[in-house]
Amino acid sequence: MTILISKLPLSDWVNSFVTWLTQFTGFFNGITSFIGGIVNGFQWVFDLLPVWLFIVIVLAITWYATRHGKKWGLLLFELAGLLLIWNLDYWRDMTQTLTLVLTSSLIALVIGIPLGILMAKSHTFEAIMKPILDLMQTMPAFVYLIPAVAFFGIGMVPGVISSVIFAMPPTVRMTNLGIRQVPVDLIEAADSYGSTSWQKLIKVQLPLAKSTLMAGVNQSMMLSLSMVVIASMIGALGLGTQVYFAVGRNNAGNGFTAGLAIVILAIILDRITQAFNRAKH
Amino acid sequence: MTKKVEVKNLAKIFGKRSPRVKELITQGKTKAEILEQTGATVGVNQANFHVNQGEIFVIMGLSGSGKSTLIRMINRLIEPTQGTISIDGQDLMTLNKKELREVRRQKMSMIFQNFALFPNRTILENTAYGLEIKGVEKNVREQKAHEALELVGLHGYDHQFPQQLSGGMQQRVGLARGLANDAEILLMDEAFSALDPLNRKDMQDELLDLQEKMHKTIIFISHDLNEALRIGDRILIMKDGVIVQTGTPEDILTHPADDYVKRFIEDVDRTRVLTVANVMIRPNTINIDKDGPRLALRRMQENEISSVYVVDSARKFVGFADAKDVVGLIRKESRDLRSVVQTSVPTTHPDVPVNDLMDKLSSTPIPYAVLDDDHHLVGIIVRGAVLGAIAGNGVAQE
Repeated sequence: MTILISKLPLSDWVNSFVTWLTQFTGFFNGITSFIGGIVNGFQWVFDLLPVWLFIVIVLAITWYATRHGKKWGLLLFELAGLLLIWNLDYWRDMTQTLTLVLTSSLIALVIGIPLGILMAKSHTFEAIMKPILDLMQTMPAFVYLIPAVAFFGIGMVPGVISSVIFAMPPTVRMTNLGIRQVPVDLIEAADSYGSTSWQKLIKVQLPLAKSTLMAGVNQSMMLSLSMVVIASMIGALGLGTQVYFAVGRNNAGNGFTAGLAIVILAIILDRITQAFNRAKH
Repeated sequence: MTKKVEVKNLAKIFGKRSPRVKELITQGKTKAEILEQTGATVGVNQANFHVNQGEIFVIMGLSGSGKSTLIRMINRLIEPTQGTISIDGQDLMTLNKKELREVRRQKMSMIFQNFALFPNRTILENTAYGLEIKGVEKNVREQKAHEALELVGLHGYDHQFPQQLSGGMQQRVGLARGLANDAEILLMDEAFSALDPLNRKDMQDELLDLQEKMHKTIIFISHDLNEALRIGDRILIMKDGVIVQTGTPEDILTHPADDYVKRFIEDVDRTRVLTVANVMIRPNTINIDKDGPRLALRRMQENEISSVYVVDSARKFVGFADAKDVVGLIRKESRDLRSVVQTSVPTTHPDVPVNDLMDKLSSTPIPYAVLDDDHHLVGIIVRGAVLGAIAGNGVAQE
């Protein structure tokens, strides 16, 4: 009967679990310096590039990605949008946000694709992963901030970690889906000629899953971009910080301009990744 | 003759795999009885047969008879529930994963109903797949793949992708992929069933030609008796997972094992087995919606014929135009082909037995037009080809 009248100490359990985890300081410090390294690397490059060269590089990448059907409108939009961000004095914030997004997407990719492959290969693993992915995606993103701070302190790294947790599920899911969608007769063909699992994966399954997989990567990138404002609450620098400050100071104008800069960045990233996906066909 | 492949007591049960089912199978219960008593589906029930070195062995049955399951157990794409499969005396069931892979790489190549070509690879890369995974060096395997493509009559498509080729050409690639691998055994799963009748006939001829040179051991799945009789050295007939009869085409035709086989070959004689689809040839056509009289005349001159068949843009059959009338039209400088098209052409269906046409064939001057269910012109029947087929190019190849 007591279980019906007294509250379950679930939150106490989670707290003691988190406290128990914090004793592995060395492990978390290792992760912190590793991710910190990637973040600093990206940021170092972006700080080094003059604005004009950065814009030229973005345009060149777009030019290459859309080589099978030029989109002049997109190129023009990128030029105008980036110049606007520069003009509004958000350049460094924009590069910091880009660093956050690129780092978390990269990590989501490196962890997510192998997880997706394992899910496609094993029904048991798929059954275990599905609820975990649902949890990762539907748990309010703010919740990740609390343990992230406990383990990784404040700054870019906990921001990246909570973005990764929030943004990884689409990559995992779409990798799984893409591999499972490969027609069964192609799998039979690969098997009947004596392919090893690895050969089948590399030569047949992944190439055929590529466009689905890339759609997942694109979604992951967009989700991590949606995390930038939340991540700014634990000290991840960038456009999110500007939005966060504007909210604190009740400054609608600054909030709008910083928000607009995020939108421009989102559109550029989205269109480029989509163009790369289409170019393969 | 040496036995290349030998299959003993091979069975496959889908679903529940209780010892009780195995017991029932051993007792010789039927698929329906086992399903009723245990809820398990029997795919293949106690199959026993062998395939000789260098023969074309056709496994025939309707859909659901277990023939696809059977062929997939021979290379263990489907794991048998019980029984043994031996190739060159080596029992496949005792092999571990790695040894099995080696057998698949060295001894067997499979060719699929829907071609199963990899859409992300070029024709050449598709053909070289088997060699590539064996670790054959790039220029060697491409050379071999190229030779295999030449062998099946595909020139100049090496760097195209599968979706750029027609169905018949794609299956040539499928065949080339099997041949490039240099395997002694070809497993062909309804390999020609997805092709239209003319292409199917071409491919059957092609296979017979190749077989004369290469002497592979071919296990060929089919649901088409004509095909089985045409290419098979021996035929195995399956029903509900059970082998009903095994024998040469002659055996099957003269001594059907039971009523099922009898119904299959219902009063087969040489002309009856042949359907219109087996003897028709490719027509020369012009498109009435697009082509004018000059083109029609040109086509007749090129092919040295005095008449041409007329279809519309949807390939539906319209009629037939005679050289004399077309010349008259050109003299009058008229462009309207429609006015000279004769529509009273005798027509028939691909599934009609040739025997039913024999009398009429000799009395009509115009070749029969063969139309499918959608009224598309799929072929024509000329007397010479029919007589040739009956004389022995067609059915039984003794």
